[in-house]
Amino acid sequence: MLEVLFNNRIECVAVILFAVGYVTLLVSPNMIKKIIGINIMDSACNLFLTSIGFVYNKTAPIVVNGDTSMNTYINPLPAGLVLTSIVVGVSVTAVMLALTYKMYEKYHTLNLNEVYKINHELEDKEK
Amino acid sequence: MSFCLNFPLFMIVASLSSSVISTLLKGKTARILSLLLTGVCFILDLNILLYVVNTGGSYTYMMGHFPHPWGNELKISTIEAIISTLFSLVLFLILLGGKESIEEYVDDSKQHLYYALCDLINSSLLVLVYTNDIFTGYVFVEICTLASTGILVLRGNGKSLAAAIRYMVFALIGSGLLLFGIVFLYNITGNLLMPNLKESIINLYNTKQYYLPLLTAMCFISVGVAIKSGLFPFHFWMADTYGSAIPASSGILSGIISKAYIFFLIKVIKDVFTIEIFKASGISNIIFVLALFGIVVGSISAIRENDIFRMCAYSSAAQIGYIYMGIGLSTTVSIVASLFQICAHCITKPALFLSSYHLSKNSGGSSRFKALQGSYKRDFFSTVCFSQGAFSMVGIPLTAGFMTKYLFGMSAFDYTNWEMLATLIVLIISTILNTIYFTKTVVRLFTVDENIEKKFNISLQYRIVGILFMIVNFGLGIFAKNYIDVIFKGLNLF
Repeated sequence: MLEVLFNNRIECVAVILFAVGYVTLLVSPNMIKKIIGINIMDSACNLFLTSIGFVYNKTAPIVVNGDTSMNTYINPLPAGLVLTSIVVGVSVTAVMLALTYKMYEKYHTLNLNEVYKINHELEDKEK
Repeated sequence: MSFCLNFPLFMIVASLSSSVISTLLKGKTARILSLLLTGVCFILDLNILLYVVNTGGSYTYMMGHFPHPWGNELKISTIEAIISTLFSLVLFLILLGGKESIEEYVDDSKQHLYYALCDLINSSLLVLVYTNDIFTGYVFVEICTLASTGILVLRGNGKSLAAAIRYMVFALIGSGLLLFGIVFLYNITGNLLMPNLKESIINLYNTKQYYLPLLTAMCFISVGVAIKSGLFPFHFWMADTYGSAIPASSGILSGIISKAYIFFLIKVIKDVFTIEIFKASGISNIIFVLALFGIVVGSISAIRENDIFRMCAYSSAAQIGYIYMGIGLSTTVSIVASLFQICAHCITKPALFLSSYHLSKNSGGSSRFKALQGSYKRDFFSTVCFSQGAFSMVGIPLTAGFMTKYLFGMSAFDYTNWEMLATLIVLIISTILNTIYFTKTVVRLFTVDENIEKKFNISLQYRIVGILFMIVNFGLGIFAKNYIDVIFKGLNLF
């Protein structure tokens, strides 16, 4: 069991990181902490993908000295996926930060629970 | 090679380009462009549908003619063509009929952004329906999430902002799980294209290799999509989100976007995991139980609501439960029932949201049932529209909703144990609950109120859209047999 975990240590770290990010996103009422949680989750996925793409004794897929043997190079697809994932992560972070800014402008707080509380109070007043 | 084989790619590129161009245009021009785009997409989708039905098959479109593993692929079969045609039609109708709600709630200077986001949603829907690559699916799920948050937040008030944040947080939790599930799948198979993934997964399953990572991937992907589409117990964001958004946005979100996510899940189950392996994993049982709870809890929450938009939102939670019930049962008939329910709900819910908007607008701006009493005198057309949608939700014969319930009933008989009993009991309970909350609303709308004298004018385009929604709904209910036959045939090629 321990040997399996050690052989897949990078994947294990990625899973732990993902869980940390997931719980932060789910539990923390603070918007900035939620955004940090999202980024940790994204990083965990990227770490996992990078670890898949890395193979000992193989190089980046750039043909040198006419060597076109498949055994010389790594598969470039995981790196491509990491790039795509980073772009998606950046977009999500940007939108979340924009929403947080708007929220702070309107409610003067970063705490989501307080925002819901204020909204409920306003609703009760309307009734 | 027929020219219409290229249409899916043309539509995706046109939608993406249009979303960029719309940001530079004025509101009215962007609206015309969006309507033109969705209208053209509907016609092209219809062409593709006719092509695949006539040729009796499906085809794979290689982007740039690069084969696997270098290229990306689209796969088009009858089911994909039907769903995409319906999504394009409904999006077109919502944009046409929801004009007044968009103009009322979105600032003039930001209307072009609303239509740009709708174009982006259109492109995501097309990709989610047609893609044959699981990672491309994930990327467009995220694009769809960002664009839908945009159309929620554009209303500009605090309530919609808080609801949009809540929606986005839940959507991101779902996306995270979906991505991690896909990464797990890639780790054990080394493939991202659905046919290759399917082949590898069948091999792994037969040789009992990497069963735990495979199970984890299945679990992550299913739960991720379930959270995003609002399956019980992840449905609590729905009432706030749909209740405080622009009615057109609520229609788009509940009618199309949540269905696109579910369709993507069905596609992954059918084309990647295979129904047999998915069923053997036991995840289908968990989904089935959650779906049953979703149907009952959603309906009970809808009964307790005093606001027409929030009631429709909770009703969506119950209806989504039906779709997941079909996925949970995991038989061919139940999957057909789920696909039929996707179509039926897709055309009914936007009609309900649009008519609710007009009813509340003509009742002094309040969406509370008390204010809506006697609405038939103020706005007879919207009252009829709402009632027709409500009857479809309840499952009155000749409407699309009836066939859904009939199909789910039929699929229950594929089982002889507790699943059959549970499905039938929940179908009966939910029909009774649906009848209670929708009849209660319809009776209220038709209650005679002597004080009401004023009659409101309804725009011609909203009338056309309302009538079209009703025609499509009845059409789906009356010609259900032909439609179901096409889905059955398509499922074998899907």
